Amino acid sequence: MSIAAKFEIEYLQYLDAEGKQVRDDLPAFAQDLKQMVELYKLMLSTRVFDAKSIALQRTGKLGTYASCLGHEAAHVGIGSAMNPEDVLAPSYREYGAQLYRGVQPREVYMYWGGDERGNDYQKEPARHDFAWSVPIATQCLHAAGSALAFKIRGEKRVAVCTIGDGGSSKGDFYGAINIAGAQNLPLVAVIVNNQWAISVPRKIQSGAPTLAQKGIAAGLYSIQVDGNDIIAVRKAMEDALERARNGQGGSVIEAVTYRLGDHTTADDARRYRGEQEVKDAWAKDPVKRLKNWLVAKKVWDEKKEEAWKAECDDWMDNEVNAYLETKTQPLTAMFDYTFAEVPADLQKQRDLALSLETKAH
Amino acid sequence: MAQITLIEAVTQALAYEMAHDPSVVVLGEDVGVNGGVFRATQGLQEKFGELRVLDTPLDETTIAGVTVGLAAQGMKPVAEAQFEGFIYPMMEQIACHAARLRNRTRGRITVPAVWRAPWGGGIRAPEHHSEANEHLFTNIPGLRVVMPSSPARAYGLLLAAIRDPDPVMFFEPKRIYRQYKEEVPDDGEALPLDVCFVLRDGTDVTLVTWGAQVKETLEAADALAAEGISAEVIDVATLTPLDFDTIAESVQKTGRCVIVHEAPKTAGFGAEIAARLAEECMYDLLAPVERVTGFDTHIPLFRLEMKYLPSTERVVEAAKRTLAAS
Repeated sequence: MSIAAKFEIEYLQYLDAEGKQVRDDLPAFAQDLKQMVELYKLMLSTRVFDAKSIALQRTGKLGTYASCLGHEAAHVGIGSAMNPEDVLAPSYREYGAQLYRGVQPREVYMYWGGDERGNDYQKEPARHDFAWSVPIATQCLHAAGSALAFKIRGEKRVAVCTIGDGGSSKGDFYGAINIAGAQNLPLVAVIVNNQWAISVPRKIQSGAPTLAQKGIAAGLYSIQVDGNDIIAVRKAMEDALERARNGQGGSVIEAVTYRLGDHTTADDARRYRGEQEVKDAWAKDPVKRLKNWLVAKKVWDEKKEEAWKAECDDWMDNEVNAYLETKTQPLTAMFDYTFAEVPADLQKQRDLALSLETKAH
Repeated sequence: MAQITLIEAVTQALAYEMAHDPSVVVLGEDVGVNGGVFRATQGLQEKFGELRVLDTPLDETTIAGVTVGLAAQGMKPVAEAQFEGFIYPMMEQIACHAARLRNRTRGRITVPAVWRAPWGGGIRAPEHHSEANEHLFTNIPGLRVVMPSSPARAYGLLLAAIRDPDPVMFFEPKRIYRQYKEEVPDDGEALPLDVCFVLRDGTDVTLVTWGAQVKETLEAADALAAEGISAEVIDVATLTPLDFDTIAESVQKTGRCVIVHEAPKTAGFGAEIAARLAEECMYDLLAPVERVTGFDTHIPLFRLEMKYLPSTERVVEAAKRTLAAS
């Protein structure tokens, strides 16, 4: 018998569920404990931010919100590995990555609070990133197109897209990794496998034992990592970004994690999954895991934790206030960004809308 | 100066703009070595290289989504949908992203892209190769829908579409790709978008059409003239945003209107024009607005397709009905 192709998928983990180091070859960034503390602080602030968002929704100050609870290691790992000039094409809950790249909590609140200005990220490098993409996996092709633009212009930049386990079922994801393989594009596609696509579990998405192996079919380097271990996520990202930047091709990274919260605030996960499963998942909490490791390294303690949480609370309160103080856009805003210039025919409708408002007052 | 066909004008516009703007790229299935199945991109890959004239994997969703990504990063992609009937998988990327990104990011991300598609029936093509579905796009905000009907307008409007800062669907009536030749100077001069072209002045009836039906409509105007009826012919050219003023002015003058299009009748773009005439020109009308269109059926396979497409005779009869009514 001859074999046409053979493959295997590496699984990468540095910290186990308790935060014990399971391998000695720590990557360079993880040997810099100061930097690891900074990453931890961002994971923690992401969690504080998320809790604040849910509270805002529950008190009627936000529309439907998609929580990132449990994804902190995956998201911060992705965002912190990227260079500023790279481009991120996220789905709609990758706040940990986005906060790192300059998206402000007030912008997240604006978006879920029903205001397009939330997508107009003010700070670089987020300003040149894509906005949240609600239609599943469509953003993967925007990243592939960006990667093609970088290649055409000879720029050493990488496009990164993130999707969920459900998103990896969509043609847009396959299309993106397929053209990345065919054209050797600097694309890194990260499947943040949180086990649930609203109510549909991972096993219904695919019969493949790993989602990472979908990248093999596209000719990409593919790896599965413990998505609750930020060292593993960031290491896989750094390797993938370096290969892509050097013209050595794209990657698929499957970060295995768990959606600890509901799909969105409009969802009730108790309808379709058991309490024990969620309890077991909490035992693998990415935040607690890194904290245990840092505490064992004696660079973090409860006092620092409380002080940082208080700082985060102040930061978020400030962001919430900034959000709540924004005035609703004038009604003309719905016309003014449809085209570069309002076409004459649309101008008539704009005038009509304005006149209706004048009458109402 | 060389005489060229409509499809040669498409090639000429692409080559001109690629030579003058390094951000313009062409992508699609078979657009490279093969020069496109209709030869619209003939010779471009030789001139501009494999990256700027890119043969993509055979996936329309990929073409559409990669086009959005390219445009969002400052390129000016011109994507080819090989046939209008294969454009459906592209629609999510076009409607949810291309047409929407400027609005949903308050102008931070824009999509200056063009989707070209050979459009319509009448070339004895296999199934799914003869669709006219422009009306599915005219209802999408943020999107321009443009259809040329002559070599000169193909050249000028395609240049304008590529230079436009917003996404444009550029539907090419393939039945008249090689209908006739005319002189089209390769001077890089664009024609204006968002305006109708009055192709023939007349006083008795206004014939409004676009794309391949311009051929039958002009023939109908000739036939009517032979009977002493003066027909004005308007090529809408940019369906959305619509230049309704030009149509209204003409109908105010003639009092009669026949709308001619190949797509199915119900909720076709002719319905929009008829509704606007009812709203804004009711008291100028001397007769009910007529529509000569494809039927509300799938376009038949090619043994019957010419019976589906609006004929010159149908346009003439409709025009005469409007005259008989008043």
